[in-house]
Amino acid sequence: MDHALKPATGGAASVPPSRGRIWFEALAGTQSARAPVLSGSAEMAGERAQLIAVVPDPQQRFPRASDNVVGLEQGWLLAQAVRAVIEADAAAPIKRPIVALVDVKSQAYGRREELLGIHLACAAAVDAYASARLAGHPVIALIVGPAMSGAFLAHGYQANRILALDSPGTMVHAMGREAAARVTRRSLEALDALGETIIPMAYSMQAFNQLGLLSELISGVNADAPSDADLDTVRQALGAAIADTRAGANDLSARLGSPAAHKNRAASIEVRRRLAQQWQAE
Amino acid sequence: MSHSESSHGAAYEAILARRSFIELGARERARALLDAGSFRELLGPFDHLESPWLPLQGIVCQADDGVVIAKGALDGEPAVVLAIESAFQGGSIGEVSGAKIAATLELLLGEAEAGRPVRPVILFETGGVRLQEANLGLAAIAEIQAAIVALRRHVPVVGVIAGMVGCFGGMSLAAALCSYLIMTKQGRLGMNGPEVIEQEAGIEELNASDRRLIWSLIGGEQRAATGMVDVLVEDDVEQLAASVRELFAAGRPAQARSERIAHYLSLLARVDPATIDAAAMRQLYNEEPSWTMP
Repeated sequence: MDHALKPATGGAASVPPSRGRIWFEALAGTQSARAPVLSGSAEMAGERAQLIAVVPDPQQRFPRASDNVVGLEQGWLLAQAVRAVIEADAAAPIKRPIVALVDVKSQAYGRREELLGIHLACAAAVDAYASARLAGHPVIALIVGPAMSGAFLAHGYQANRILALDSPGTMVHAMGREAAARVTRRSLEALDALGETIIPMAYSMQAFNQLGLLSELISGVNADAPSDADLDTVRQALGAAIADTRAGANDLSARLGSPAAHKNRAASIEVRRRLAQQWQAE
Repeated sequence: MSHSESSHGAAYEAILARRSFIELGARERARALLDAGSFRELLGPFDHLESPWLPLQGIVCQADDGVVIAKGALDGEPAVVLAIESAFQGGSIGEVSGAKIAATLELLLGEAEAGRPVRPVILFETGGVRLQEANLGLAAIAEIQAAIVALRRHVPVVGVIAGMVGCFGGMSLAAALCSYLIMTKQGRLGMNGPEVIEQEAGIEELNASDRRLIWSLIGGEQRAATGMVDVLVEDDVEQLAASVRELFAAGRPAQARSERIAHYLSLLARVDPATIDAAAMRQLYNEEPSWTMP
C-alpha cells in the first residue's frame, strides 16, 4: 500500500506524489520502502544500483518534518540506509552504485529539532554518503526537485557526481528565494537581477551549472511525469556518471576540474595552489 | 564561616587569573593554542586572497577573508589550527574562507597518507554560509565535510566551539563530524539559528529573543550533558589548550559520534515529541561523555 497516495489526514483530496517518489517509483518500481526515506534497488547500466529518496511523511512524529524535508528521523534513516549498502557489499570486489534522488525543500526548522541534535542527524547522513564514496561505491546525486541548503548537504552533496534535470522546480541553493529576499531586504525581482551578475546567488539551474559543480544538466525531461524515453535518457546519464566515477578518484576533486570551475571557482583553485606552494616552501 | 569566605576568595582569584579565550580574535586564538613560539600563518593577510564576490556587492573585503590558517606545534607534534574570525561577516563561509579550510584539511589528508600526520584543530565561530556567496559557500562546506570524514580516519580532528557567535548552518554538521568537540557554556551549537526558526516556524515555535531558553536548548552545558560534545571547559586559554592536547594524546575514538546510528535512532524512538524539553532530554540522553578531563 502506497501511503503517500492515501488521502491527507482528515481531508478528501489525495496528496500528489512528490518528485522524489515519482522518480523512485519510475526507476525502482513500487517497493516496500516506507516514508520518509525510500531505499530500493534498480537495474542501472547492466548492474544493480541502490536508489535512495526522501519523501513527504504525513505520519511523521515530529510535526516540523512531515514534508519532503530532512529532519531528525530523515537524517538518521538516510545514514542507516546508506550504511546498510556499505555493509552488504563489504566483501564485494565491485561496490554497487548508490543514487540519491534529490527532492528536498529544506532541513526541518523547529525547537525540538535543534534540541535533539538535527545537526548530528544530518552529519550522520553526510558521514554515511562520504564513507560509501571512500569505500568505492560510485555515489551519484540526481536532482529532480529542490536541493536546498542543509538538506542537500545531508542528501546528495557528498556524491562523486551530481546530475540535475533542467526542468521547472529543480534548484540548488543555500537559502530559499523568499527568505533570502526578506533577509537581504530586496524584492524578488532585485534578487533575481543580482543573480545575473553574482552567479553563486542565482536561483536557476542554468546558473548553478556555470559553477562547475554539476557533471551533467539533463534537458528535455518531464520531471513530473517522465516518459519511457525520459527514463532512458536519465538511465543513460546515470550509467555514464557511474562509469566516469569508477575511472576517477574517490574524493570531490572532479568538481574543480571543469572549464566552468576554472572560470567561476577560480578562487577555490587558487587557494589550493598557493597553499600547497607555501606548505612545501616551509 | 571563615572557611567559606576563604574558598569564595580562592574562587574569585581563580576567575581573575583566567585568560579569556572568547575575547581573543581568530589569530590570537590560534597563537594561544599552539606551542609557544611555533605559530606561523599560511595564506595570511599579505597574500591578499580575498572574496571575488563581495566587492561586486559593495562590501569591503578582508585580506584573510575571515579564516586564519596557523601552522605550528602541539606538544611538539606538527599541528594546524584553522580559526574562523567571527568579527568579519559573522564568521560566515564564503568561497575563499571555505576553500582555505577545505584546502588545508585536504593537504593534511595527503600528509597523513604519506605517513606525516599533522594534528588538525578547527575553531568554529560561524553562522554558516555567507549569503552573498550562497552556492559557493555551500559547495565549500560540502568539501570541508568530505575532508573531515577522510582525515578523521588518520588523525583525530578536534573542533572547538568557544563562542560568542557559536556554530550554525552547514558548519554545525562539519563540527558534528569531528572526532572530538570542545565547548564552553557560552558556546552554542545548532543547525538553524534561533532567528531563522522564529522566521520559518513562528514565535510560538521559538522565541529567538529568549536567550535563556536558547542556551538551555543548544548551549554548551546542555550539549555536554547530553553527550553531543566531549568536553566542557571554562572560558580559559590554559584549560582549552590543555584539553586540546589531552584529546590528541587520547588518540582516535573507536567510533565517531556521527557513526552511532543504532544508538541515536533508539534514543530518538524513546522521545515523546509532545513533551520533550531540555530537562527530559538530559534524562534520556544522560551518558558519560566519551572522554573527560582527568
